[in-house]
Amino acid sequence: MLNQKVHLSEEIFAEDTPQKPTRDGYGEGLILAGEENQNVVALCADLTESTRVDAFAKKFPERFFECGVAEQNMATIAAGLGVSGKIPFISSFATFSPGRNWEQIRTTIAYNDSNVKIAGHHAGISVGPDGATHQATEDIAMMRALPNMKVIVPCDAIEARKATLAAARVWGPIYLRFAREKTPVMTTDLTPFVPGKAEIFWESKKPQVLIIGCGGLLYNALLAARELQKEKIGAMVLNSHTVKPLDEKKIVELARKCGAVVTVEEHQIAGGLGGAVAEVLAKHAPTPMEFIGLRDTYGESGPPAALIEKYGIGVKDIKAAVHRVLRRKK
Amino acid sequence: MLEVHEKKIGFLEEMATRLREDVIKMVSGAGSGHIAGPLGMADIIAAFYFHILNHNHKKPDWPDRDRFVLSNGHTCPVLYAALARAGYFPLEELRTLRQINSRLQGHPHRVSLPGLETTSGPLGSGLSQAIGMALAAKLDRKKYRVYCMMSDAEHDEGNTWEAAMFAGKNKLNNLTAIVDRNNIQIDGFTENVMPLEPLRDKYESFNWHVVEINGHDFHDIISAVAEAHAIYEKPTVIIAHTIPGNGVDFMQYDYLWHSKSFKPGEREAALKELRTLGGKIRSEHE
Repeated sequence: MLNQKVHLSEEIFAEDTPQKPTRDGYGEGLILAGEENQNVVALCADLTESTRVDAFAKKFPERFFECGVAEQNMATIAAGLGVSGKIPFISSFATFSPGRNWEQIRTTIAYNDSNVKIAGHHAGISVGPDGATHQATEDIAMMRALPNMKVIVPCDAIEARKATLAAARVWGPIYLRFAREKTPVMTTDLTPFVPGKAEIFWESKKPQVLIIGCGGLLYNALLAARELQKEKIGAMVLNSHTVKPLDEKKIVELARKCGAVVTVEEHQIAGGLGGAVAEVLAKHAPTPMEFIGLRDTYGESGPPAALIEKYGIGVKDIKAAVHRVLRRKK
Repeated sequence: MLEVHEKKIGFLEEMATRLREDVIKMVSGAGSGHIAGPLGMADIIAAFYFHILNHNHKKPDWPDRDRFVLSNGHTCPVLYAALARAGYFPLEELRTLRQINSRLQGHPHRVSLPGLETTSGPLGSGLSQAIGMALAAKLDRKKYRVYCMMSDAEHDEGNTWEAAMFAGKNKLNNLTAIVDRNNIQIDGFTENVMPLEPLRDKYESFNWHVVEINGHDFHDIISAVAEAHAIYEKPTVIIAHTIPGNGVDFMQYDYLWHSKSFKPGEREAALKELRTLGGKIRSEHE
């Protein structure tokens, strides 16, 4: 059942549960951050409407810098601002930023220790009709490999707002990942959000498997857990929004408790949340694992819901992974 | 004030010679590093660190300091030498260039050493970072100036032109770029590898004010910067024509000295030439 302590939405499993894109949460969070601290500035690479930076640009025009379609310049200008007392947020689609400007982010932001926040939008295949060139599916791997870079993947629009505000308040380079499509709002204003601290969203009385997810697909993990419950299979669902630094203590403790793990993310299996969890468990608590994510393939154009089914990251795929991992449990 | 008297010019010439000697000693001692660029840039660096910049070696984080961004980070030996001679850290530390545990990294790492404004080495990102600092100054209504030193070859990088476009659009008049136009890069002469001419025209078309100077003439360098201070409508770029390897006759005009290990005797020959001002005076190196 749902973890009452984290005050999830009461309508979470309703047919018409409220849905909102995480990028909207970013736009709201950015304005709140800007109101709270006048040193917050924003830069964009010709995508202000899509990345929801337009509202900030309108409210604080002197603190917004349009870079045009030039992501490398955007990152390095931000690097200069970030060592000069400003708190820059740079926004574009994740395939371009941190894609095209990865080296500049490494050298002038991470290694240089500049206080820049990188917002990567249109992450995952649920971007839909634009196709694979605009669907970021390797960005978590690219960013978590960088020393001095934190990585946060909010599960819904409310968490996105909190994560954006939190990013402004703490020193250091941070990567925030957002999606295009509207996704179910699972949390409420009362749901705790602390960077680095994973939260249990679902806990059965006798959990046999730990499902760890991040981003919008966490909802599918909850649906899967609810269906598994009816099959008398107990599960825990953990919202691991912070992929780096991972909440290693919690993950090891819960993996030992459950004895089997399934990770869920809208990203390649290689190097994302699943990879991060596997690294920790292999060292501290070797546990049978299954990975739900893209299986070393690019996406394609299509409607988001159909793509999620086609590429094996839907509810039935999570359930099938649970069954597979339970068979391997000793 | 940027006006300069003859006595100061004499001081700057002597300082530039010292910086060249420091570079030869540092790079030969380290066993690797870049030579031709730093030797060619020594006059410009001396002019900035000992006359032009408003800075304080006792307060490297002074918020109102002028910023000097070294975009062509591989030429850091000459910058490290200038910072040491200006008092940012002990002179003896220069011999630790590129050693393990050293603050003097092979390519500058901002947080490792006082006096550095950026981490650089990968080319093409310095001008953008300088732009960020110039924008911060405008937001905070501060009067500090931002200078960005670049190599000519790094104009091969697209990021450089993205930055040039942005600065032109935003009329960043507190930003001055200096291009070390020494005509060399690793694979040969710039005009053979990837021609840059007409470089002046390119910058002008991006809405920059352009000044071309002899990069070894202190009057030229200082008056070009003074001109930049007086230009309101545009950022300024100073295209400084320099001789790569300037100061050591067997290194001059030779792109192979961009980065090369010293053969036996070459270090002493270079130092002797610098110390005796090309044979004009006597020195301990005879």
